[in-house]
Amino acid sequence: MKKKKWYDYLWIAELLYLALGLTNILFAWLGMLFFSIPLLISLFGGGKAYCNRYCGRGQLIGILGGKLKLSRNAPPPKFLRSRWFRYGFLAFFMSMFFLMLFSTYQVFAGAPLQETVTLLWVFKLPWQWTQVDMVAPWFAQFAFGFFGVMLTSTVLELITMVLFRPKSWCVYCPMGTMTQGICKLKHGKEFKAYGRTSQDDCGASEASGQ
Amino acid sequence: MKQSPQFAQINRECVACGCCEAVCPKDAVHIILGITAQVDKEKCVGCRKCAKECPADVITMVQRRAVV
Ligand code: SF4
Ligand code: SF4
Ligand code: SF4
Repeated sequence: MKKKKWYDYLWIAELLYLALGLTNILFAWLGMLFFSIPLLISLFGGGKAYCNRYCGRGQLIGILGGKLKLSRNAPPPKFLRSRWFRYGFLAFFMSMFFLMLFSTYQVFAGAPLQETVTLLWVFKLPWQWTQVDMVAPWFAQFAFGFFGVMLTSTVLELITMVLFRPKSWCVYCPMGTMTQGICKLKHGKEFKAYGRTSQDDCGASEASGQ
Repeated sequence: MKQSPQFAQINRECVACGCCEAVCPKDAVHIILGITAQVDKEKCVGCRKCAKECPADVITMVQRRAVV
């Protein structure tokens, strides 16, 4: 068995985040860390270290689906790993994210605050149990919108965990796709050169194709 | 040392999630430059643990060539 490291417990941070967000929506802002850290790591040369080590969300589905066996553990359909689906989902997810930023701007510009959390982009859940008067309305609006994004991805992640393999969400997770995309842009040439020198020695990806 | 008859091979659709790296008992698979996983076939013992774990189902087992 591999020895546990401190970062193997980051799934607790993910659970804590969801609990804090449910208690007070303003904690949703903390989720910006889960959004920016993976991008910063891959932009500054850390590759996919976030996915490979530090992602509490990935660890959580690994535990629920793996250790607790809440997964059918079936291979996912092929389209899920196809480039068009992964990048298409990323484009859709980001468009929805920008729409959410636009509603935040509208509230900043004077529109009334909407105390709802939108789940799966269509279901508007009333969310009036938290006090948000102490902050500017746009600040609260972003929290409502962002928590909707986080809950939506959590629901999708749990559904695919149950239906397919525990970490099937990681196949089309927008953060995973973005960080891999950044790595391809940053290290593409280096990777090709590496592939040429190592293919004969290692079970290399390029060799197999499909 | 006698080599296993099979080793793991990873296809182009790998999403570099690192699940294979986490379960490999022989430290034979690593994520290269955040782009893909790659197997060191000298170290790989063909146990299939990575293939069972891979959420994208992109790992296949291939036979080693008879003559090296
Ligand atoms: S793909 Fe997404 S959920 Fe999976 S480890 Fe990476 S950031 Fe986390
Ligand atoms: S588990 Fe599969 S998709 Fe993930 S890095 Fe390994 S080969 Fe790639
Ligand atoms: S088959 Fe076993 S030894 Fe080979 S890379 Fe996969 S987990 Fe490691």
